[in-house]
This record gives sequence, structure tokens and C-alpha cells, in this order.
Amino acid sequence: MIRSEILRDIAPILHDQLVVCNIGLPSQELHMIDDNAKNFYMLGTMGLSSSIGLGLALAQDKTVIAIDGDGSVLTNLGTLPTIANNVADNFILLIIDNGSYGSTGDQPTYAGKKTKLENVAKACGCENVVVCQDVDTGKTLQAAIDSKKMTIIVSKCDSGNIKLPVITMDPVVIRDRFMKAVAS
Amino acid sequence: MSISKKIVDDFVANDVSFITTVPCKQLAGVIDEVEARPEIFHIPSNKEDEGMGLCAGAFMGGKRPAIIMQNTAIGVTINTLATLIQYYRMPLPMLISYRGELREPVACQVEMAVHTKALLNQMNIPTYHFHKESDADELDAILKYTFMCNKPVAILTDASFWGGYGDQ
Repeated sequence: MIRSEILRDIAPILHDQLVVCNIGLPSQELHMIDDNAKNFYMLGTMGLSSSIGLGLALAQDKTVIAIDGDGSVLTNLGTLPTIANNVADNFILLIIDNGSYGSTGDQPTYAGKKTKLENVAKACGCENVVVCQDVDTGKTLQAAIDSKKMTIIVSKCDSGNIKLPVITMDPVVIRDRFMKAVAS
Repeated sequence: MSISKKIVDDFVANDVSFITTVPCKQLAGVIDEVEARPEIFHIPSNKEDEGMGLCAGAFMGGKRPAIIMQNTAIGVTINTLATLIQYYRMPLPMLISYRGELREPVACQVEMAVHTKALLNQMNIPTYHFHKESDADELDAILKYTFMCNKPVAILTDASFWGGYGDQ
């Protein structure tokens, strides 16, 4: 499976949760598959999905799923110790690990070579780190939600992209409707 | 009352309850005070752009955030300020140690000091410079202004404001 197929597969699970979605194609794909007010689309700042998600989870009680990529986590590797040391049991970091920088042309990442993000997360002190194959992402994600324990999921999948348009929604509209969904 | 306590009192009075910090010797006292206050969730970050991401999330979760960092961080966070904090129109008070000003003992700090105000100006970030202790009297108004206009706002605090740089 490629990332867009995973997102399509898990969309019914994501639908009821607050989702912070990584910049570029992941947000465009989620926007196309199931645009709703509980999705926060990142239009800039590669790497900060996990940080935004953690801050949101620490500030309120609803479950937050941050969708990230292996390349984006590598961009902001300092996020993993911060997550490990500030446990929010309503926070799930879903790393879709396709071993490539998908939005920029599938250049290989180090996560697709020697570096294993699950090992990095564990070494940083993250306690619930689960590795799954693409087809098992849905049930792994649902189990993490049900566990009510902060969980890092690394979902291994194929690299590859679909063609789709950029998000043209105004960022303040994305933010405003998301905040209303958070507060509702 | 110590200046660090007064600063954190102003944060608390303005309902700032989520503060991320990246350390600086000049800011050590205020960071200790942030850590000590039960009204504030203190989350140290490893890099300032990460910290701004945490603050963005906390703001969307209903908390008033702030970041405490060095002026060198302006060089690190330009993209985050432009494409996250400003683009989504979020408030973010930035209490910044203005290293490389008068009484600075470390020459390299001057290299970013000379760019600090220019970069903030280029970013259209409202900027206040605390040089004397009495300048901090404006902090309460600055915080109210920040959360009124939903912008990042810089508060530069130089070595003279902190009473010198350590034992130099």
C-alpha cells in the first residue's frame, strides 16, 4: 500500500478524532478523502505535525492523532524526547514510513536505509512504540485509541503518490473551524 | 520582588498557562520561576521551531502559550513564524534574551544581535526592547496586545535589563 491507500483505509477511524496532518501530499490526500473540521491541515513548516499534535493533546482532553512521515520526523527529530518526557495519554503519533520524501519526488530518507524510527523513539524514552505493516494500520490505530495510552505507531508502507490538487482553503479558516471542533 | 517573579506574575495574570523554553543563562531565573508555578505547564523544547509547534497546538487546544528563548532563535524560526504562527494568525508572546548587546562577553553573540531587530522588522513582528528594569512595566500591556491581535510579538531583554551577564 502507498500512503494515500492507508489514509483511505483509516479515514473512518480518523473521522471521529482530532487529526493534525503533515504538510504536502498527506494533507492534500486527507482533504480529498474526508475533509472535515476536525482535520488540521499543515500548509507549511515541515516537521512540526508531532509538535502541534502534542501541544494540542497536552492542552485538552480529546484524543489527538498526529499524522507524520518518516522524512518529517527526521526533520524534527528533537520531537521524540519531548514526546517521551511529556506523556499525554490522549496523543497518538502515526508515522507513515514509506522511506521517502514523497511530496518532493520520492527521494530516499535515512529511515528507508539504516535508521529505524521505532528504535529512535524507544531510545528517546517513548514507552508504547508499535510497528505495523500498511494493511494493519487501521486495527493498530484503533487499538492505540482504545488503549488510552500515548502511542507511537510506525506504519511501514511503499513509497508512491497520487496526483491531486493543493489545498486552497484559507489557513485562518482551517484553524478557526478546527478550534471550534476542538472546543465543541 | 525579583524581576523574574514579576515577569511570570504578568504571564499568569494574562492567563498564559503553557510555556515552552529553550535555555539561556540570562533567562535562567525566569525559567526557574516558570517551572515553579503550578498555574503554568512548562515544557522545555529542544529547538525553538519545535517549541512554536507546541505553542500552536496548545493555542488551538484553548491555552494561551508563550515561548522563552534566545535571539539566536530568530534565525532558526523564520519559516515557522511565517508559515505557521503568522499564516494561521496565532498569538505568541516571545520573551527573548537579547544576547550580543552591551555587557556581552561572548563575541559570537554579537553576530546575531546585529541581525535581530532587522529580521523582526522584516517579519513585521511587533518588537519591544527591555533595557531598564522599569521597561518591564509594559509587559502586562504587551501580553494583552498580543492576544488582542493574534500575532507573534517579540520582547527583547538585554544584559542591562537583567543586571549584567552573570559575573562578568
